[in-house]
Amino acid sequence: MEEFFQQLTNGLAVGGIYALIALGYTMVYGVLKLINFAHGDLFTLGAYLGLTLLTSLGLSGHLGAVLGLVVLALMVTGFVGIAGALLERAAYRPLRDSHRLSAVVSALGASIFLQNTIMLIYGAKNYVYPLEILPRTAIHIFGLPVPLVRILILSASLLLMAGLYLFIQKTRLGTAIRASAIDQGAAKLMGINVNQVIMIVFLIGPGLGGVAGLMVGLYYGQVNFTMGWVYGLKAFTAAILGGIGNIPGAMVGGLLLGVIEALGAAYISIAWKDAIAFCVLIVILIVRPTGILGERVADKI
Amino acid sequence: MINEKNKLCAFAAFSLILATAPLYLNSYWVDVLNSVGLYAILALSLNIILGDAGLYNMGHAAFFAVGAYTAAYLNTQFGLPILWALPVSGIVAGLAGLLVARPVVHLRGDYLLIVTVGVGEILRIALINDVFGLTGGPNGIFGIDRPVLFGFKIRKPQEFFYLIWGFVAVTIFLFYRLKNSRFGRALDYLREDMTAAEGSGIDTGRYQLYAFMVGAAWAGMAGTLYASKMSIISPESFSFWESVVIFIIVILGGSGNIAGVLLGTFLIIGLPELFRGFANARMWFFGLAMMIMMIFRTEGILPHRPRVFKSLDRQRP
Repeated sequence: MEEFFQQLTNGLAVGGIYALIALGYTMVYGVLKLINFAHGDLFTLGAYLGLTLLTSLGLSGHLGAVLGLVVLALMVTGFVGIAGALLERAAYRPLRDSHRLSAVVSALGASIFLQNTIMLIYGAKNYVYPLEILPRTAIHIFGLPVPLVRILILSASLLLMAGLYLFIQKTRLGTAIRASAIDQGAAKLMGINVNQVIMIVFLIGPGLGGVAGLMVGLYYGQVNFTMGWVYGLKAFTAAILGGIGNIPGAMVGGLLLGVIEALGAAYISIAWKDAIAFCVLIVILIVRPTGILGERVADKI
Repeated sequence: MINEKNKLCAFAAFSLILATAPLYLNSYWVDVLNSVGLYAILALSLNIILGDAGLYNMGHAAFFAVGAYTAAYLNTQFGLPILWALPVSGIVAGLAGLLVARPVVHLRGDYLLIVTVGVGEILRIALINDVFGLTGGPNGIFGIDRPVLFGFKIRKPQEFFYLIWGFVAVTIFLFYRLKNSRFGRALDYLREDMTAAEGSGIDTGRYQLYAFMVGAAWAGMAGTLYASKMSIISPESFSFWESVVIFIIVILGGSGNIAGVLLGTFLIIGLPELFRGFANARMWFFGLAMMIMMIFRTEGILPHRPRVFKSLDRQRP
């Protein structure tokens, strides 16, 4: 029971991270119908930027651990968001009206470019996060100990998701994003500046991905420049699991995938951990191609 | 517009230069050409799936791996000569393609792409975990025999060059014929307009499956050649990155166009070798070049052109 509980909370924390990355995929896919392959590397960029800011500014020393991390997370969101918006402007906007696969290859190129930029700046070695900034204590829930960092990550990701959900559902800008996702042409006719909407999507999505990178650094204590691929693929799986283009779907999918993966790794086989996500993906696409909360994706054969 | 005769001349000149390449290149560069040849086979086989049938397959390395492992297993366990394993691994890889494609071929583009990525990853993890004790785990299978052709044992890169590029030539010939057959025309039609193709009586699902099988089988045979060339294979040779490279070659070269795919292979596999000196920054430039290329030549370097048929009515211009 204790083992199960530990795996469950671990899965929820990792799932929260997946969900944050998945939101970036699903929002971009919603408005552009493009798999942003560079998203995983923007996430890595967030992890590295977080590390640099953490060690160079000493924020947590001045402001205390939690407030320092909040300021840090805001800075990372801002920087990675700007990087995402620049990427959209440079690599995706010129291809908006061309064939879908051209944009896919441009996205792959952007991914290679970003990954190698990080490698050229930081070098190819693994980096260790200074873990001492967060107290390594455990909080007891129902008499079972849960590490503080797990609770912080899960609550931070839930908070961000709730904020995003409210933003998308309740504000004018959020309505504009939803309208552009449904029908760009009609949105333009209604006076929505679609280019601006897409830029905002590319600010928010990669911004959230960057925070997720920071969280992975704090959770596992180690980052390397290639980790974006695996997280990116799994987060994309999570987005499909929930139904791509669907924002609550990405949240549910991310959390679900995190839990399935943690439990699978614990009770089935740790060696097959990375395959579990993809098996879930294939089963979901065969059985229910729309995802849990999604739209129609399959053409009949 | 280049006419057919000029095209043929260019092709002949290119073949001649290539065929004599081992005479004036050292072993290192011949080996580079060997990998260009292997990737050319892989890219041409993916071109049937991606370029001709329009099915987004980003897990092509999986079929490459199935072929390589089948050949390696048959060769090391049962002593089957490696070239005899060629058709067997082609069939096994083709069946693997059928198995993968059957349940998901009807999915919309991007979903198919991500499923094939997933299949590739699952297979790679299965290879690492030594499923059923067949694959030798992370170390892979070693001690694979060199190919023997008419009693002549192929060892040196120069000798492999002719084996591999001979296979490339056969591939080009067959795929060119395939492209101009009923099958190729059907694929053209269904890629451009699925509904209209179906309306004209083309069994679109079946043709897509066939295309997937042919592509997978051919990748499997490339895997056999690869296994015999390396004499050791391990899971890391069949990573997601390999699938991505093959995918990029097809799109960047010009999907659906055999000459474009070949040119793409030379550019993507051959060209980076020239910049070995830049070691670290090489991939950075590669990514940058990919973005720029796609922005300025959206449909690839040599895009696929619609077929032009001579008008029966000679009077019309």
